[in-house]
Amino acid sequence: MDLEKILEVTGLSVSFNGKPVLSDISFTVYNEKITVILGGSGSGKTTILKHILGLYPVEPGKISLLGRDIATLDEDEQKRLYLKMGVFYQKGGLLSSLTVGENVALPLEQHTNLPDEIIKEIALQKLSLVNLKDTYHMYPSQLSGGMLKRAALARAIVMDPQMLFCDEPGSGLDPVSLASLDKLITDLKEQLQMSVVMVTHEVSSILRIADRIIFLEDQKVIFEGTISDALASDKESIINFFNKSKGH
Amino acid sequence: METGAIKNNSSQNQHTYKLEGNTLYLYNSLDFARSGYFVNDMLKRLKNYKSPELIINLAGLAEIDSAGVTAIFYLKRKISAKNIEVRITEASDSVYKKLELFGPDKAKTSFKRDKTTFLEFLGTKLHFFFRFYITEFILLTADVFYWSFHDLFSPKSRRKGEVSNQAVLIGVNATLIVVVMMFIIGLVIALQSSAQLRNFGANIFVVDLTVIAMMAQMGPLITAILVAGRSGSAIAAEIATMKVTAELDALKTMGLNPIRFIVVPKMYGCLCTIPFLTILANVAGIAGGMLAAYLFLDIAPEVFINRMGHSIYNKDIMTGVIKSLVYGSIIVLTGSFFGFRVKEGAEGVGKSTTVAVVVSISLIILADSILGLVFYA
Repeated sequence: MDLEKILEVTGLSVSFNGKPVLSDISFTVYNEKITVILGGSGSGKTTILKHILGLYPVEPGKISLLGRDIATLDEDEQKRLYLKMGVFYQKGGLLSSLTVGENVALPLEQHTNLPDEIIKEIALQKLSLVNLKDTYHMYPSQLSGGMLKRAALARAIVMDPQMLFCDEPGSGLDPVSLASLDKLITDLKEQLQMSVVMVTHEVSSILRIADRIIFLEDQKVIFEGTISDALASDKESIINFFNKSKGH
Repeated sequence: METGAIKNNSSQNQHTYKLEGNTLYLYNSLDFARSGYFVNDMLKRLKNYKSPELIINLAGLAEIDSAGVTAIFYLKRKISAKNIEVRITEASDSVYKKLELFGPDKAKTSFKRDKTTFLEFLGTKLHFFFRFYITEFILLTADVFYWSFHDLFSPKSRRKGEVSNQAVLIGVNATLIVVVMMFIIGLVIALQSSAQLRNFGANIFVVDLTVIAMMAQMGPLITAILVAGRSGSAIAAEIATMKVTAELDALKTMGLNPIRFIVVPKMYGCLCTIPFLTILANVAGIAGGMLAAYLFLDIAPEVFINRMGHSIYNKDIMTGVIKSLVYGSIIVLTGSFFGFRVKEGAEGVGKSTTVAVVVSISLIILADSILGLVFYA
């Protein structure tokens, strides 16, 4: 069965202060799949994500998102394209001066002309999907680490994005909270028919939810394929990566 | 028959809904881009709707998202409130799933804000103020003074060079701004009073006025206000940032007392430098007054200096030094108190810094009036 391509990165190279971080990277992300970009610390995972999200200029290389080359988009086109994306940051990124409900409702207030009552209802729906609907009037500082992550997830999905990008969502969570966050992401992906691109090095998380993985090492993609192919791979670094996590 | 046209992103007009008799037909898609227009338009059209029933037919609707679902249920609720029965019909499987997923029961919260009377509100606020501000400020003050006296004779308890570092940051680096400001203030005071004094032929009293004002009042007060704005805010911001980034927790887990480690060196640094800063400020203010006296009242500097001997009293000098020590303590204590009280987040750091400056200036003025009564009443 042919999979629909939703994101294509071709020949992306990045260096900071003359030091290469990524070198001629190419990979593809398919629709309605959970794709995990993994690799050791400093392997350039988050840098790739920031390029895809348009935070850094793509040069040299090409990133095609939902069929559009992001380098050729004007400001308006870029804004419209990114409204179809949700981003879930490592530390949540919730604004501390707003309540959880106001944080979740913020994209709706800024990008739609919906009446306030409907905006509040949608924000509550999304908080309900992450089991946080009673936190609508609370401030981020009143939430625990796990709740903060779920609230950030609710904000990321509030516009029903086609793609959800997650930057190390499990960092700082205990194994139980991490497992429930993984289940939440999988459920939401099914319910909202999203594609998910996740940057992480939590192996337990990868084994639980990844459909496909992109493995980075020494500034290059050394593996791209399904999780079962990765587990059957004879590449030493991939074997080491998965085995070490099992305590072998 | 009325149809609704919504401009989509590709600027093509497309009919996405139609009201025919008692049936509202929806077509194509209802999403974030279209739902706002759809709801507002339909509420206007259905304002005078008379039929006892409205059917929302979703047979032609291919795509819907959470905004579309919420908009439909919102419309249903508004119309039902007029005793009109609203039925949603012929939804495809995919649309039905979304109706289920984002149905109205998802948007309810059991959270209720407590309703309190004004007196309860006032009582809670006052209790909070005394419990968490006054009491804790007193406790912090006691703690800081205890450790300041305790560590005075045990240099090992301080990091090497930390006190001189703080003295430079809090006092020495403030010298230029304090001296320049006080020179200007002295000049202005003498200048403005010269016109009045000239009328009475009492030109020479500009010396007494400038010297007494500077030594007893303006010197310590203005120096303290400038240091509060400059260094008090820095103390609050530094401690607040340390709290937000868990550095204070790290100190505690290393067995270090944050008061001894952070606040006590600042207290020493401030108390060592602020009296000298105040004396410099007094000199700068008097120099400003001397210049104004020379330029506008023809009082030569030699005359001014000779006259100064009659108006400078040891009591004024000592009062100024004591005041500066009290104000210095207020600056360090207030900055530290609000730094330690910060709530998490970048906004919290900004708030605590602002509040620290406002409160320390207010407390300095309050202390000034109390000390004025003590020394001069």
